[in-house]
Amino acid sequence: MLSVVIFLPLAAAALLVLPRLGRRAVLGIWIGAAAVDLALVLVMWLGYGSGIAHETRLRWIPSIGAGYHVGVDGLSLPLIAMTAVLFLLCAVYSVRETRRPRAYAALFLFLQTVCTGLFAALDLLLFFVFFDLSIVGMYFLIVGWGHGEARRSALQFFLYTFLGSLVLLLGFIGLFLAGGTFDMVELIQNPPAASALVLLAIGLGLAIKTPTVPVHTWLPPAHTDAPAAGSAILAGVLLKMGTYGLVRIAMPMMPQAWRAYAWVIIIVGVVSVLYGALAALAQENIKRLIAYTSVNHMGYIVLALGAAGLSSGASRAKDLAVTGAVTQMVSHGLLTGALFLLTGVLWDRARSYDAGRFGGIAANAPVFTALATVAAFGSLGLPGLSGFIAEFQIFIGVIGTGAIVAGALSILGILITAALFLRLLHRAFLGEPGELTGRMLEARPSEIAAVAPLLLLSLAIGIAPRWLLDLIEPASALVVSWVSR
Amino acid sequence: MSSMAENPLDLLPELLILLGAVAGLLVGLFVPRRRQRVVAWICGLALVSAMAAAGYAMTRPDVMAFEAFAVDLPTNVTRLAVAGMTLLIVLLGSGRLRGHSRESEWYVLVLLAALGTIVLAGASDLLVFVAGYLLASIPAYALAGFGKDAHGTEAALKYYLMGTFLGVVMLAGVTLQYGLSGTTSYTPAPGVPAAAGVAVLLVLAGVLFKVGAVPAHFWVPDATQGSSAPVAAFITTVPKIGAFIGLLRLATEVFAGTWRPVLAVIAVATMTLGNLAAFYQDNVRRLLAYSTISQAGYLLLPVVVAGQSGLAQPALLFYVAAYAVTNVGAFAVVVATGADSLTSYDGLGRRSPLLAFALLVCLLGLVGTPPTGVFVAKLLAFAAAWDGGYAWLAVIAVFNTVASVFYYLRWIVPLFRPGEPPAEPHPAASRVAELSALLSILLGLASGTFLALSPSGPP
Repeated sequence: MLSVVIFLPLAAAALLVLPRLGRRAVLGIWIGAAAVDLALVLVMWLGYGSGIAHETRLRWIPSIGAGYHVGVDGLSLPLIAMTAVLFLLCAVYSVRETRRPRAYAALFLFLQTVCTGLFAALDLLLFFVFFDLSIVGMYFLIVGWGHGEARRSALQFFLYTFLGSLVLLLGFIGLFLAGGTFDMVELIQNPPAASALVLLAIGLGLAIKTPTVPVHTWLPPAHTDAPAAGSAILAGVLLKMGTYGLVRIAMPMMPQAWRAYAWVIIIVGVVSVLYGALAALAQENIKRLIAYTSVNHMGYIVLALGAAGLSSGASRAKDLAVTGAVTQMVSHGLLTGALFLLTGVLWDRARSYDAGRFGGIAANAPVFTALATVAAFGSLGLPGLSGFIAEFQIFIGVIGTGAIVAGALSILGILITAALFLRLLHRAFLGEPGELTGRMLEARPSEIAAVAPLLLLSLAIGIAPRWLLDLIEPASALVVSWVSR
Repeated sequence: MSSMAENPLDLLPELLILLGAVAGLLVGLFVPRRRQRVVAWICGLALVSAMAAAGYAMTRPDVMAFEAFAVDLPTNVTRLAVAGMTLLIVLLGSGRLRGHSRESEWYVLVLLAALGTIVLAGASDLLVFVAGYLLASIPAYALAGFGKDAHGTEAALKYYLMGTFLGVVMLAGVTLQYGLSGTTSYTPAPGVPAAAGVAVLLVLAGVLFKVGAVPAHFWVPDATQGSSAPVAAFITTVPKIGAFIGLLRLATEVFAGTWRPVLAVIAVATMTLGNLAAFYQDNVRRLLAYSTISQAGYLLLPVVVAGQSGLAQPALLFYVAAYAVTNVGAFAVVVATGADSLTSYDGLGRRSPLLAFALLVCLLGLVGTPPTGVFVAKLLAFAAAWDGGYAWLAVIAVFNTVASVFYYLRWIVPLFRPGEPPAEPHPAASRVAELSALLSILLGLASGTFLALSPSGPP
C-alpha cells in the first residue's frame, strides 16, 4: 500500500505524457491522482498502530546491502500526510496555469513521488535516490516556469544542492563502509563506529538542503524566481528533507558523534534563527522575506535537535524538543506553503513582490488580506495556530535540557519575526493605497480553495494538537533513546 | 587462474567477430554497391552470436587460453559490452553509409577495432596486449579519416601520430620488462622482480592513450569533432571498455609497488582538466569529447585501489558498461539530429519529445543522477576509493561531478527552450538513442543482478 502511495503520482505522470490530452483532462488527472493519494495516506494514518508499519523490503543491490526498503512510523507519517495535502492544494491552485500544463502537472506528480518516497525510505541509497531526484525535478520547475532571473537561480540551486547531495552520498558511503549495509533499520540497531568526518559530511549535506546559515545562500534566489506553487513545494516539502534526515539518519545512526558535537549544532541553529529573522526584516521583496523566514523557522528545528543531543538534561525535555521539531516541520510546511501561494496571487495580478509599491490591499481584497493575515500570524507563532504548538515545545525542551542562553536567544527570533510580519501587514495591506494596489483584485475561488485548507489544518493543530502529537511523541521518545545510547 | 587450456573454442566470441569481419570483407568485394547493406547484416549477426557465445562462456569456469588470454568475468563482461556497443554503432553508421563507395569497409574496420579491444581486456601477456593495442588502434585511425575531408584527415593524423608514438613507447616498456624479468607474461615466475618503475611508466603511456586520459588525451577532442559522429561514438566508447579492463589486469598483476599514487594523480588531472575544458564548449561533440576525458578520470578510481578493495573490480566492470551505453546514447542523439552546435538543439523537446527525453536521461546519467547505471557505478567507484584508503580522491571526484553538472545543463536547457525545431531526426538513430537511455536506466535498476555476477561482496 505504501508503494502505491509513493508511485501513484508517477503513474499518473506517465499517463499524462503518453496520449494527447486537453488542459481540462490534464487537470482532472492531476487533481484526481493527488486526491486519491491523500485519501490513501489518511487510510494509512487511521490504521497506524505503532513501530514501523506498511513495510516493504525488496532486493535491489544485495551485494552492497542496499534494497528497496520502505515503511512509515511516527516521524514519517505526519510528513507524508503534509506532503500529500500540499501537493493536492498546489494542484488546485494551479488550475489556471496555461503554460505547457501537461509538462507542469507531470513535473509536480514526479516531485510528489520523489518527496513521498524520501520520507518513506528506510534504506540510505533509496533515500539518496529520492533526495537527488528532487533536485532535478525542482530545477526543471524553476527553469521552465519561473520568472525574473529563473535560469540563473535554477542553475545556482542545482549546483549548490547537488554538491550537498553528493557530500551526503560520501557520508552514506562512510556509514556503509563502517556498518556494512545501507539498510537504515540495521544501521540504527547497530550504530557503526563512524568518525566525526562522516557526521560532518552527512550534516553538511543535510544542512545545505535545510538550509542553515551559512549554506543558505541558494535559497532566496531560488524561492524568488520559482513559480508560486513551486516555491510552496520547495519550502513546504523539500526543505524538510534536510531536517528529516537529521532525525532519521544522523541522530540514531551516529549517537556518539551527535552528542559530542551537540553544541556545534545548537549554535548553528541559533545563528540560523537570528540571522534568518534579521535578514528577513531587511527585505523589501515580499517573497524574499518569506524565504528568509524559512531559514529562521528551520533554525528552530536544528536547535531543538541539537539540544536533544546534550548529555545534561532530562529525557522528558529532550522528548519535547524532538516532538516540537517534528511538529514544526509539519507546521512550517502548511504555513509557508500558504504564504508562498498567496505571494503567487500578488505576482499574478501585479507582477511585483515589492512591499513598498503596495498598500491598503485590505480595502480591495478583504478575503485575500484575511488569508494573508492568518498565515502571517501563524508563521510568527501566535497561540491557536500550529506554529505556536511547535515552537512552544521547542523552547521548553531546549531550556529544559540546559541550553538556557540558546533558548533565550531564539525567543528573540520570535520577537523579530513578529515585528517583520506586522510591518509587512502594515505596509502592504493597511494604510494608503500604493501604486500597484489598484491591480489587486480579490482572491479567486481556486486560490481560496488552495490556501484556506492549509490554514484550517494549522488551526486544527493549534487548537487540538493531540491527534498529531499522539503520533509523533512515541517516535520522538525512541529517537531520544537512540541518541542517548 | 584455474587450468591452462589450448582449446580454440575458448576464444569463440573473438573468432566469431573475426569471421564476421573476414566474411564481410569478402562479400563486400562481390556484391554491387547498392546492395552492400548485406555486409551490415553479416557483421551484426557476427556480433550477436559473439554476445551469445560470451554469455555461454560466463556460465563456464574461468580458463587461461594459450597461456596468454584470460577467459574470466572481466573478459566476458568486455566481450558482451564491446559486442553490444559495436552493434549499436553499426546501426548508427548504417543509415549514413547507405550507398557509400566504401560501405562494407566501414563495418569491417569497426569489427576489427572491436576485436582488438577485446584482446586488450583479455590479454595476460604483454606481447598479446601490444597486439591488441595495434589491432584496436589501426582500424580506428582509418575510421577517423574515413570521410576523406579536411577535418577527418586532421583528426586521423592527430590520432595516428599520438597513437603510434605512444604505442612505440609502450613497446619499449615491454622490451624493458622482458629484459628485466625474462618474461612478458603477467604472472612472472617466482623470484623474478615485477616490472620496474620505468617499464611500468612506459607501458602505462600506451594504455593512457587508449583510454584518453591525461596526459595522452590531446587527440580526443579533435578526433571526436573531426570524424563522423558514429565513428566518434565508437572511438570514445568502445576502446575504453577493453583498455580499462586491461589496465585493471595490469594494475593487479604487473604494476606491483608504487604506482597507486601515480595513477591517483593522473585520475585527478584527467577528471579536472576534462571538466574545465568542457565548460564553455559550444560544439556538442567537443563537449562530449571533454566529458569522455573527465569520465576516464572517474574510471581510474577503482584502478587506483585495484587489489586493495574488494569493490574495485565490480565497480570498474559496472562503470565501463554503464558509461559505454550512456555515452553511445548521447552520441546517437547527435547522429539522429545531425546537429553539432548547442543552439541547434533549441526546441527539440517539442519536436521530438521522446528523443529529447532520451538525451536528458543520457546526460543526467553521465552526471551520475539516480537511478541510471552511472549513478550506481559512481557510487561503487567512490566507495571503492574510500575503502582502499583514497577517500580524498573520492572527495575530489565529488567536486568534479558537481562542476560537470554545469556543462551538461548547458546542453539540457536548449532542449526545452522554445525555438526553431531542428530537422526531422533520423529514425533509426533515434531508436538507438532511446534504447540506450532505456538500457542506462535498466542497468541502474537491475544493478543488483549484474553485481551478483562479481564474486567480491562487501568489504
